[in-house]
Amino acid sequence: MHDTKDHAELSVEFNKNESRVDWHDETLWFVRKKRDIAVSLVPEWEQLRELGSQIKNHTLSNLDQYLEEFEKRAIANGITVHWAADAEEHNAKMLAIMQSNNVSRIVKSKSMLTEECNLNEHLLKSGIEVIDTDLGERIVQLRKEHPSHIVLPAIHLKKEDVSDTFFEHLQTEQHNYDPQYLTEAARINLRSHFIQSELAITGVNFAVAETGGFVVCTNEGNADMGAHAAKVHVAVMGIEKIIPKAEHLGVFLRLLTRSATGQPITTYSSHFHRPRPGQQMHIIIVDNGRTKQLGRPDFRSSLKCIRCAACFNTCPVYRRSGGHSYHSAIAGPIGSILNPNLDMKANADLPFASTLCGSCSNVCPVKIDIHQQLWKWRQVLAEEGYVSGSKKAGMKGMAYILSHPTVYRVAGKMARWVLTYFSSIVKIKSLNPWYRQREMPAAPENSFRQWYLKNKQ
Amino acid sequence: MPVIDIVSRKNFSLTDEFMLAVVRVGAQVVQVESMEALMLIHQLAGSKQYIINTLPALGEVDVSGIKGKDAQDLQGVYQVWIQGAIGVAENGAIWLGESSMINRLLPFICEHLIIVLDAGNIVVDMHQAYSKTEIDKEGYGVFLAGPSKTADIEQSLVIGAHGARSLVVYLIDKEYKKAE
Amino acid sequence: MKVGLFIPCYVDQFYPQVAIATLELLERLGCEVVFPLNQTCCGQPMANSGFSSMAAGCNKNFVDNFKNLDYIVCPSGSCVLHIKEHLHDGNEIAAHHIRKSVYELTEFIVDVLKTETLPSKFPHRVGLHVSCHGQRGLHLSSMSELVESPFSKTNKLLSMVEGLEMVQPARWDECCGFGGTFCVFEEAVSVKMGKDRVKEHLANKVDYITSNDVSCLMHLEGILKRQKSKVQIKHVAEILNAV
Repeated sequence: MHDTKDHAELSVEFNKNESRVDWHDETLWFVRKKRDIAVSLVPEWEQLRELGSQIKNHTLSNLDQYLEEFEKRAIANGITVHWAADAEEHNAKMLAIMQSNNVSRIVKSKSMLTEECNLNEHLLKSGIEVIDTDLGERIVQLRKEHPSHIVLPAIHLKKEDVSDTFFEHLQTEQHNYDPQYLTEAARINLRSHFIQSELAITGVNFAVAETGGFVVCTNEGNADMGAHAAKVHVAVMGIEKIIPKAEHLGVFLRLLTRSATGQPITTYSSHFHRPRPGQQMHIIIVDNGRTKQLGRPDFRSSLKCIRCAACFNTCPVYRRSGGHSYHSAIAGPIGSILNPNLDMKANADLPFASTLCGSCSNVCPVKIDIHQQLWKWRQVLAEEGYVSGSKKAGMKGMAYILSHPTVYRVAGKMARWVLTYFSSIVKIKSLNPWYRQREMPAAPENSFRQWYLKNKQ
Repeated sequence: MPVIDIVSRKNFSLTDEFMLAVVRVGAQVVQVESMEALMLIHQLAGSKQYIINTLPALGEVDVSGIKGKDAQDLQGVYQVWIQGAIGVAENGAIWLGESSMINRLLPFICEHLIIVLDAGNIVVDMHQAYSKTEIDKEGYGVFLAGPSKTADIEQSLVIGAHGARSLVVYLIDKEYKKAE
Repeated sequence: MKVGLFIPCYVDQFYPQVAIATLELLERLGCEVVFPLNQTCCGQPMANSGFSSMAAGCNKNFVDNFKNLDYIVCPSGSCVLHIKEHLHDGNEIAAHHIRKSVYELTEFIVDVLKTETLPSKFPHRVGLHVSCHGQRGLHLSSMSELVESPFSKTNKLLSMVEGLEMVQPARWDECCGFGGTFCVFEEAVSVKMGKDRVKEHLANKVDYITSNDVSCLMHLEGILKRQKSKVQIKHVAEILNAV
């Protein structure tokens, strides 16, 4: 389960090791820069973003129609289609497929949806162990941690950490930190899992209504190794992953990887339409709060998300607080506008983990107005009573002062007076968070208004 | 329904651009003037290693034999030769349809992958690629760009993750004349 | 041209020199400047904390003060953006008019006054801090994330200042970390972001750091002073008004 502390508290812990924060920040900024270089080579990039946004908007407005079309064609292709209203149903159906096929050797390529549903934990309770095969996911799985980034699951770990983990679990050489060596060790170890796998779980990047098939994008080839080796392939997707036509894949595949890692495309963009002879292919289509979000006019467009994580990489707060500070499967700016929909109380802190700088909205390949939605979620959360009582009282006081000019002027004068003559009260770090690491501004004798009255009237 | 009105770029060498893109994704690309020239190269590859060829033009292909192999059978495959259908200049990707690879595991399970592509089948970008590809014509197909890779350990790029460790693209290009 | 001067609350109280520089600069450029005496604040602190529902009184006061002006100019990108996006009132016609008539200072000088030369002199090495709301909200300059031609209204004006040496940090449009109440409720990250900005400017050996927003500068100054740095902050208005 995720932490119960809030983002601010978890960020304090993260920031205790400043050099590690610098390293985390620089590593992710490096990914942002790679993205910048890649998109600068596409002169029509802004046009592509607009198209991606329009296609997704159109799809969301006709979601039921496209889902029905997809189901019909997928079934005709020989794919068994399952529907799951929520995480529990998804997990139950997955378990049922496994039990009815009597399988125990299961591999899984990256699926944030399975993270969202806590699938691995659920299966463990029934004695089924799933091997995560994406290298980053395998590393965090061995460490019993959650991924901290939806594309780069182990970005919070240094090679020394990976080496220690592999030494413990894969018997690699101790203190051998070479990424090449460590990746090779993972390749050999996971190969045997692929060869013996009986059931492979994959995510879905895009499901195409027109053809009844789906696309899975990886650099490692792990989704394919599992899916083509195992006799049962179960793909899982959120309802919002659907797109109307095959030609739309041209737009999204051009947008996705450039935004995510700065590559023009992933090594493998695998298009699945029919099971191979003798194989079972299943797809579980999951709601888990998505239709609820669809019903929120201000926030429905967050469902356009194609899970590229460009917003994570550009976010100055994410880079300096780390994915685990968001205590959710999906962290970062997009997580902050998706998660409150699932549980307002548990995620009331997330929309406030931002300075509203707007960089996220600019890098979003499908033009989700993330920073505007962060602001709007703040209004909803305050309205619903999830903003602290003391904050509310403080704001009420401020609202009063700022509506009454004479009160405002007195308050301003008092503030300057206290700062000048009673600065020792102000400079108590435990009471004044500003002062912990910053000096207070100087207090001038007169406000501008006073100067104006003296000099200009 | 939004209309895709992107105008694909024109007036540049598709072959040159494609070759650059293939190298950028970590693969090698070699121009040859014809399939005949390629046959010589293929023969030189030798028979000591476990090699599977799926191109009828390069030798006999045991289609049902290959189709019937499972992961256990294929785990030692050293090198695989597959015919590519379309190459994409903007990203170096090549479309491989199921009938070309015969067995879906082949492009992934081998240590080294070789793709043969006709230079006349290179398109500018993904929009053109999708207009020329019926993605559901076969049960499976993949746009494949380079050898498998990962940067999951501290953003250090490692070539050779779970799929092939290397990719060589033989580009059959009638226009290509080896320098004398 | 008659211009209403809108001064952010914390500038009025703590950085009056920025307001004075703004007024003098506008007068120097031929404007008749009036300062509505009962203005208080734009209401952003409440709204950004989730309490835009409490801003009615503040909004009404704003509308009352600024309703009869065709140009309202403010030396703050974030305050102007807030008014443009969130000012509503019982008198919605007046509110609408204000939203259409409010300008950030450099945007006003470049787009409305269309100034091409300034008599300003500021012979110092100055680090440029790009404030987020002015940049991404008001589009005062191009943005590093977008594929677009570079431009900057602020830099256009600063380049008219004699002797001024402008220097950009490597991450030229990364947020300073102030973010309103964020600066105290997420103090650890806020300060880390500010320290990282300061570090880049110090590496460029600047004498001053400038920006369109005093909020950013107040935050950076707090960090600079804690580090006992000799680098000072100066709002763009103060530099443009330096003769």
